[in-house]
Amino acid sequence: MATTITKTKTLIGKAIRRREDPRLITGTATYVEDIKMPGMHYAVVVRSPHAAARIRSIDTSKAASRPGVVAVFTGRDVSNVGPVPCGASLPGLRVPHHTILATDRVYYAGHPVAVVVATDRYIAADAADDVEIDWEVLKAVADPVKALEPGAPAVHPEWPDNKAFDFHQEHGDVEKAFAEADVIVKQRILSQRLIPTPMETRGVVAEWRAADRALNLYSSTQIPHLLRSMVAQMLGLEENRLRVVAPEVGGGFGCKLNVYAEEALMGFVAMKINKPVKWIETRRENYLATIHGRGHVDDYELAATRDGIITGIKLRIIQDLGAYHQLLTPAIPTLSVLMMPGLYRTQNICADIVGVFTNCVPTDAYRGAGRPEATHGIERMVDILAAELKMDPAEIRLKNFVQPSEFPFPTATGLIYDSGDYAAPLRKALDIVDYQNLRREQAEARKQGRLMGIGMSTYGEICAFGPSPATPAGGWESATVKIEPSGKVTVLTGASPHGQGEETTFAQIAADELGVDIDDVLVVHGDTALVQYGIGTFGSRATAVGGTAVYFALQDLKAKIKKFGALLLNSDDVTLANGQCIDNKTGASKSVQEIAAASYRAMQLPPNTEPGMVSTHFWEPPNFTFPFGAHLVVTEIDRDTGAVKVLRYVAVDDCGNILNPLIVTGQVHGGVAQGIGQALYEQAVYDENGQLITGELMDYAVPKAHMMPWIESDHTVTPTPVNPLGVKGVGEAGTIGCSPAVVNSVVDALSPLGVRHIDMPMTPEKIWKLIRSAQ
Amino acid sequence: MKITVNINGKRYSNDVEPRLLLIHYLREVVGLTGPHIGCETSLCGACTIELNGKAVKSCTMFAVQADGANITTIEGLAANGKLHPVQEAFWNEHGLQCGFCTPGMIMASKQILDRNPNPTEEEIRHGLEGNLCRCTGYQHIVNAVKAAAKAVGA
Amino acid sequence: MIPQTFDYTAPSTLDQALGLIAQGAKPLAGGMSLIPMMKLRLASPEHLVDIGRLPELRYIRDDAGVLRLGAGCTHYEVETSPLLRGKCPLLSETAARIGDVQVRNMGTIGGSVAHADPAADYPAALLALEAQIVLRGAKSQRTVAASGFFLDTFATALEPGEIVSEIIVPVEDAGAGTSYQKMAQPASGFALVGVAARLRRSGGTIVLARLGVTGLAPHAYRAASAEKALEGTPGTAADIQMAASRIAEGVEANADLHASADYRRHLAAVSAARAITAALARTA
Repeated sequence: MATTITKTKTLIGKAIRRREDPRLITGTATYVEDIKMPGMHYAVVVRSPHAAARIRSIDTSKAASRPGVVAVFTGRDVSNVGPVPCGASLPGLRVPHHTILATDRVYYAGHPVAVVVATDRYIAADAADDVEIDWEVLKAVADPVKALEPGAPAVHPEWPDNKAFDFHQEHGDVEKAFAEADVIVKQRILSQRLIPTPMETRGVVAEWRAADRALNLYSSTQIPHLLRSMVAQMLGLEENRLRVVAPEVGGGFGCKLNVYAEEALMGFVAMKINKPVKWIETRRENYLATIHGRGHVDDYELAATRDGIITGIKLRIIQDLGAYHQLLTPAIPTLSVLMMPGLYRTQNICADIVGVFTNCVPTDAYRGAGRPEATHGIERMVDILAAELKMDPAEIRLKNFVQPSEFPFPTATGLIYDSGDYAAPLRKALDIVDYQNLRREQAEARKQGRLMGIGMSTYGEICAFGPSPATPAGGWESATVKIEPSGKVTVLTGASPHGQGEETTFAQIAADELGVDIDDVLVVHGDTALVQYGIGTFGSRATAVGGTAVYFALQDLKAKIKKFGALLLNSDDVTLANGQCIDNKTGASKSVQEIAAASYRAMQLPPNTEPGMVSTHFWEPPNFTFPFGAHLVVTEIDRDTGAVKVLRYVAVDDCGNILNPLIVTGQVHGGVAQGIGQALYEQAVYDENGQLITGELMDYAVPKAHMMPWIESDHTVTPTPVNPLGVKGVGEAGTIGCSPAVVNSVVDALSPLGVRHIDMPMTPEKIWKLIRSAQ
Repeated sequence: MKITVNINGKRYSNDVEPRLLLIHYLREVVGLTGPHIGCETSLCGACTIELNGKAVKSCTMFAVQADGANITTIEGLAANGKLHPVQEAFWNEHGLQCGFCTPGMIMASKQILDRNPNPTEEEIRHGLEGNLCRCTGYQHIVNAVKAAAKAVGA
Repeated sequence: MIPQTFDYTAPSTLDQALGLIAQGAKPLAGGMSLIPMMKLRLASPEHLVDIGRLPELRYIRDDAGVLRLGAGCTHYEVETSPLLRGKCPLLSETAARIGDVQVRNMGTIGGSVAHADPAADYPAALLALEAQIVLRGAKSQRTVAASGFFLDTFATALEPGEIVSEIIVPVEDAGAGTSYQKMAQPASGFALVGVAARLRRSGGTIVLARLGVTGLAPHAYRAASAEKALEGTPGTAADIQMAASRIAEGVEANADLHASADYRRHLAAVSAARAITAALARTA
């Protein structure tokens, strides 16, 4: 049947409602937990209640004898399965052997020890309680600073100093900068451990097809292809016989950018029992055994001139790694070092990281991954410097920004900032709030004894990961675009969106480029059996890198359309526009659909002409992109309780060109919510025995609707030259820009009381104590 | 135990173990996987359904407690192929990203509007206290509830 | 996530239920506290008796100067009852602050009172209201004052075999003023502290002050010393501060991850001052 393909308007830049939504708003989407297969079994993982202990013995007999239980496996049974991989490498990095089940010792509370498999999830849960383990409890250490002290319990006995690595980077002459400085400010700044908390926990369904020697693995992951490569290796499977599907994924925020023990374990179980098996993480397990984020203790020093020019930065990071390296654990703090200069020009930097093992679940990438820590640090320090010099915090930033004429700008840390006008979003934010007037209002409020604060942060982030040499597993992204014989367009992307809306934005790109109706475009992702290899969705990369791959595949395809169009029209001069290939001489035309049909029918093809209308492009970005922006926050403190009220939240973000403003704004809002969470509410707390005491949503305060302020979101637009779409990425911007703006605002509110710095989360009690001690 | 429940206008009769949670009954026995499970402490609200006209968390209820009840899940909201105004508003206002909290969020939003056809922003945020969303920062959800209120009132 | 096995009975009369409870079965009302504990396997009753749907426990009526609430009334019913809103607004105001919409739709006043979570909201109001709590067993019925009911953390005057069957609160004087002020723990929504104030004024003098406090101590209590400090005064800002400063007198304050004992005591004083101020403004 013929389809009329007409291009009515340009879709890029339009607020188009999302094409993925109908299944989500009707409850008909398929998440891992929704997959049901004939003969499916259920697994429950038995975990260590102790942060550090020796396993004297495990008795699984009672569990195994419960009716309905088909198998119980322990560390010994899985000794042939490869270790949980660490993809990061650093000089001298100590990498503990990370088996998928503990064998003789556990290293954190929640450490998987055994797996119980039953015909029913209720029976599996009962049987998990039947597994009897004889523990010899050992001394644990949960605090990274304490872990570095002599005599601290050794997380891994082979490395009694608890150090996984030391990392050093410097540039310029930092000692000279400090020797000649008019002023030096110092501060220890914490970026506390956070729990990513996607609303969907992790989950895996594994299905072994013995006759084909093929394993199907459904996992709630951000990286189906990388997962396939690594799980194949862990299980000793041929990679082309492992299919990984990331079905609907209920949020990731970095914590599903990983390869977990349970993913290989379920593959192992399915192969052993020869039946499909499902494992769904409980929220408690999610808190205990899925990676956490942040976990920094940062010591900053800033050198500056009297008039506020920053001349040097020193930074020492103590990174709480947890007990193991997950996929990227040790690499995350190196991103903090890369971004330590922020948007400022200084060329003199010196950074040290000490990576510390603790008896806690590993830290790894969580929204922003290393950049929120860096931005928080430098933006706090700039405010501290401004206070020291009695300068306005906006003025000191404007003085130090890299200037628009200086791009591409080589930073002290070896990056090349792509493009920007860093003053523009700050000035816009100041205009939105009428800054001078707001300061006058604040002065009035102070006279009345009110604690009102105005705080800002300006941020730059390193995004669109990234050139392959700078990433552990390749930094390109892939796309295949096919025009089916009927003229319908299918886009296969190696990105693996899980809420970011690329089924819509990529369709916008394809519809515009081909001049077809967006309803004729389908975007497919998240299945290694359908999609050519891909890297995945993380690091604000999906559109900037994956979208660009789509764009280039479309350029190849357009050339093909023109080639076939010319053949059909018997012309050597054709134009492709509005879904029509037009003979420039005669005005005769063929539609893209007709051309596609002909390309498959393949009648009378000239020699060396490949039939079909398919193009695949793997796009390697030449550089990262560097989005930037300014967030400005007005707060008022309740003197009686210490509670912070956010009166205004203004976010001006520059993520380059905006493909779909609805989606971009949504990303900013969500990012800010996680920044507010860190600034005011969230903290993973382990006690001195390594017990996670914020182990449930009862105790870990994810912001609720009434805890969020209204966000005024605006933009400046500076396209990146790194990709032809001019997009920089926006997934993490809100989170990165947020926390220092909120803290700077609260510190500003309390500055009349002599407060200079507050660590996060700024709980009412913490602030009340500051107010009380000032009185 | 035998229970009989009316779900989305259809009658179901099943033998269930007393400890079977209502959410598992809906998802596993009836096959309605719209309501989700996001926690075990009754805080996330992803499992929210309507039971005899009231929004409840189906993970904090046993199926046997619902014997004889009328239940509406997210799957039952759209009528005759037409989305419910709250669903339509969530779509139009980009009130969802990963979509996992969405079925519960929509059911809670419906409850807000059933009880108060013209809620203020504060009332909406208060009404969503029992539902967590980690993606949207809630603002587009608040907009969606406002838009749905307008659509219903219009 | 998965509770352990148990037997379940849903009797059609309260007497049948009480008979089973007398034999050791555990009553299940709204289940808002019990079911999460069962799912985390912190509770594993062998036999649940569902009293949550008994019509006999579901009423709110005006009975010669007092209001009687069946224990099975949900928080939502308490929150929205026109009778309570008119004649005992403190209880409605308190119910509105419990948990979230879904919890209020299912949770019952009897269940909450019997569970006696030290951070629950109702106890503060019931103490301020000098409520009576009716306890029923298979062969017994007795009435206990709220002040004698909450004994310790999760411990009450309930004897084995008894359930909370009814709550009796006074019809508020037309001129009385009440308020419940709560500082919520951000994650759970439970009260870090909550103070319910109930005041009566005559000729410019506070003649009756009742202050119920939850969240601060191992169990909810009435702040007698603060009440005394307030009574007989005109309720100036200084009087209120003086009374509020005594809100935690003689009490060992709870401390946990979310608030130290010091901060809880301080919040209790702040909440008390706010509750008294608001209640005073509502007095005629």
